[in-house]
Amino acid sequence: MLSTLYAVLLYAATILLVVGVATKVLKYARTPAPLKIPVSPAPRTRTGVVLRMAREVLFFQSLFKSNKWIWVFGFLFHWGMLLVLLRHLRYFTQPVWWWVDLIQPIGVYAGFAMMAGLLGLFARRVFQERIRYISSPSDYLMLALLILIAFSGLMMKFVTPTDIIMVKAYMLGLMRFQILELPTTLPLLVHLGSVAILMIIFPISKLMHAPGLFFAPSRTQVDNAREFRHKTAWADQLPPLPETIPASGEN
Amino acid sequence: MAPLDKNDDGTPKIGKDPLEIPKLACGASADIHTFEAAPEHNEPLGFPGELLDNWKEVAIAKMGELAEKNRAFRVYLDTCVKCGACTDKCHYFLGTGDPKNMPVARQDLLRSVYRRYYTFAGKYFPKLVGARDLTKEVLDEWYTYYHQCSQCRRCAVSCPYGIDTAEISMAAREILDSVGVGQKYCNEIIAKLKKTGNNLGLNPKALRATLDDLEEDLEDETGIPVKIPLDVKGADILLITPSADFFAEPHIDGLLGYAKVFHSAGVSWTLSSYASEAANFGMFIGSYENMREVSWRIRQAAKDLGVKRIVFGECGHAWRVAYSFLNTLAGPFDFLDQNYPIPQHILEFTLDEIESGRLKIDKSKNDEYVMTFHDSCNVARGSSMGREEGGQFEVPRAVLKAVCNNYYDMDPDTIRENTFCCGGGGGLLTDDLLDLRVKGAKPRMTALQQVTEEHGVTHMAAICAICKTQFSKVMPKYGYDMDSIMSVHQLVANAVILDGQETDEADEPVAEEST
Ligand code: SF4
Ligand code: SF4
Repeated sequence: MLSTLYAVLLYAATILLVVGVATKVLKYARTPAPLKIPVSPAPRTRTGVVLRMAREVLFFQSLFKSNKWIWVFGFLFHWGMLLVLLRHLRYFTQPVWWWVDLIQPIGVYAGFAMMAGLLGLFARRVFQERIRYISSPSDYLMLALLILIAFSGLMMKFVTPTDIIMVKAYMLGLMRFQILELPTTLPLLVHLGSVAILMIIFPISKLMHAPGLFFAPSRTQVDNAREFRHKTAWADQLPPLPETIPASGEN
Repeated sequence: MAPLDKNDDGTPKIGKDPLEIPKLACGASADIHTFEAAPEHNEPLGFPGELLDNWKEVAIAKMGELAEKNRAFRVYLDTCVKCGACTDKCHYFLGTGDPKNMPVARQDLLRSVYRRYYTFAGKYFPKLVGARDLTKEVLDEWYTYYHQCSQCRRCAVSCPYGIDTAEISMAAREILDSVGVGQKYCNEIIAKLKKTGNNLGLNPKALRATLDDLEEDLEDETGIPVKIPLDVKGADILLITPSADFFAEPHIDGLLGYAKVFHSAGVSWTLSSYASEAANFGMFIGSYENMREVSWRIRQAAKDLGVKRIVFGECGHAWRVAYSFLNTLAGPFDFLDQNYPIPQHILEFTLDEIESGRLKIDKSKNDEYVMTFHDSCNVARGSSMGREEGGQFEVPRAVLKAVCNNYYDMDPDTIRENTFCCGGGGGLLTDDLLDLRVKGAKPRMTALQQVTEEHGVTHMAAICAICKTQFSKVMPKYGYDMDSIMSVHQLVANAVILDGQETDEADEPVAEEST
């Protein structure tokens, strides 16, 4: 029963996540940027922009320059989460890829790093008056949800071990559209349930910052407006203006 | 509560640290309103004269339209994670303490409404995500706080996602205009420009008379008939400069500097009365159409006069529009000489002259000044110069260091890409916002005070008409003389020695070289 319920939940979450994010990303991609607005100093070449974005995505360059505390917590959280996610690949692959095996031990520390980052961010949201001022209930809930995910995950690893062989069989089953039996320990159910919720709200929340980042004209545009004429379809259709100074226009 | 500590005489007190973060003072600048435009200011720009009856529907529809037409608007409204990294970056927040002047809070004034009408979460769970209905109070709040943003992009530099509050401010002002709530200062000026070719409403006759006076001054000073040509067909270079260069101090001294540089370079150049304005207030109000119309005059003037090159004078926002938008708005400029940047900045021109050794300089002429340089926000973060990334910082400094001996930079956190707006940018340079302008200048004034104490800096140079006007007005409030702000080309003008110019000291080394 629970196995089926969770199967439905996970399928639905996956579909909503993929379709939702794809729809939004397509929308971002199709919305024109009418003017060249890179925040300068900006690279003069495509390669330069790729490097700029790489520094943003991998090291959070701008955040590092602007706020060290948020950078530390954000960095711990995001990199921790990435390693934890990669570590989880072992539940979806058979045989497990060699490098996924390799990072298993680091993945555990990464879980703590992620948790530390999240708690730090939560504390800042609560105690730093400027951030508290700009926070809505959803901002706290989002962090709480991530903390719940991390916490339940760590619980399974260190407190109430879960039958991961069975979990893996269940996941591999879902990937072949078979519903096998899911262990029914509480941490696991909380863990999977909260992950599903996160997937569902992803496309309709600020979590869209992850793909959205790649569509910010201020960072992704090349600074070459003088050399190349930037054009937009809707602007091209504006009524033409006279090429010469109108006779009456002589002020 | 007093958001800004005052001295006994009522002038604002300068702190120790330009980046000092104030305590939140809710509503501290809620009463600072800029004058609203009258119908005769709005209508020539294509906006309704006054608040529409169905303003709410129109505003909501406009918001949707902007999300379709402008990727920045759509993406920025979606991607903010409320991390707070931008909260202490705005000079108006640092100066007033009003939390709605924190960049993210400023964005949220609009984002909250956008969410309500255009997102799933905001439609069904408004309380949860901080979405709210559009009401007259909200509209008024937009008017207040989107006219406390100078669109300087300091916040955009700090945001991990590059969210640029300036784009949101421009969009908000466009929405306000589209329902008939314009700002008097900007809209009146754009209307004037459409009639006369410049923001001042100077007609060609008056302009020529002003230039005649300046030519006389130049001849008195140098003994050489340096010209400031107007509407000369067939000239090589069309100079587009802010109209403040024709009448305001220290702007005029900059114009005299351009004239001397052009004279010394031996190029033929001209101003245009039809396009006698570099500033483009269309950007401030976020109106693509108005910005295009204003820019288009430059294309028309260039064609009409048959020039080969376009050079821009010292003007910050103008240079952003020129450097980043002109090609898009009024291009292609295939009829100009492709061997030169289109458009070129006067500093690029002058630096070329200096580096090639053609311009003769006597640095000691500026020895009475100990200089620093204020990077104008829109030049720093919305444009560039020269051939290298970051040229907008290096070119002006190279020129300054070539023409004066005493130069010191201010605190690194307040210059270059981290520079502060002067406090009067983005359409806020109006007397009805003077209170805000004084408060917004505080971080810059504090940084200046530091170098005055450490290095004895006496003067600050800038390359923006707005910065110059703003500083000459607010510097006295911070204990500096109003002429402590200088044009970069004013210093160039002081140091340049024209061919055949009589110099006081005949044994000057530079004079010897001149042949
Ligand atoms: S720095 Fe960017 S993401 Fe963070 S609160 Fe400000 S606008 Fe939002
Ligand atoms: S663009 Fe400048 S004035 Fe506007 S919110 Fe950002 S920092 Fe403040």
